[in-house]
Amino acid sequence: MITITKDPFDPGALLTAFQAGHPHAGAAVTFTGMVRSVPGRPISALILECYPELAQNQIAAIRAAAIARFSLIDAAILHRYGRLVPGEPIMQVMTLAAHRQAAFDGAQYLMDYLKTDAPFWKQEETSEGVAWVEAKAADDRAKERWGGEDHPTSS
Amino acid sequence: MKILYFAWLRERLNRSSDDVSPPADLATLADLVDWLRANDEALDFAMANPAQFKLSKNARLVPWDTPLAGAETVAILPPMTGG
Repeated sequence: MITITKDPFDPGALLTAFQAGHPHAGAAVTFTGMVRSVPGRPISALILECYPELAQNQIAAIRAAAIARFSLIDAAILHRYGRLVPGEPIMQVMTLAAHRQAAFDGAQYLMDYLKTDAPFWKQEETSEGVAWVEAKAADDRAKERWGGEDHPTSS
Repeated sequence: MKILYFAWLRERLNRSSDDVSPPADLATLADLVDWLRANDEALDFAMANPAQFKLSKNARLVPWDTPLAGAETVAILPPMTGG
């Protein structure tokens, strides 16, 4: 399941619902991304811009690739946009597989691709104003370890 | 044809979209971007490093050499910072 939403979510409830009804799954992995504020450079909010229609299509392609590559039983992605404050969950990736390695790898793969290939853009709100978060070269490198192939959704 | 701009590109241009009628001889999305830049100094300047941008056609992420034919909506996407 793919959810692109402005609404807050309950990470635990989301996981419980995702796990239910899968008697063949032996492993579930969850990653929850949260808004972080550090003491040296505190932020008051993270503002996420999104192209929802493209996000839906693109995340569907990434999810399908992950399921095929790691033989996942299921995978779900929720990603928020709008204005979020420190401590709030931004997004959650969940995978179900027969065994733990596939569940871990599938979740890593989904995260690495979501960082660079899902149309979200973050702004940090601080006492000095609002500034766009720059894309990290490390995120591109993380994607490269899986081969770095794109998932064009032109079909 | 609708052109969408996002994030800091949208801010630099001070608008989120354009409605354009590109000439019929443009073959690919890359040709469309060249044409848009040639007609818009602000866009040309903002896209001085074109390799960092991705493009979508009808809400599908596609390579720059994708044929322009059939494009109703094209988005120019700065480096994404989701997750």
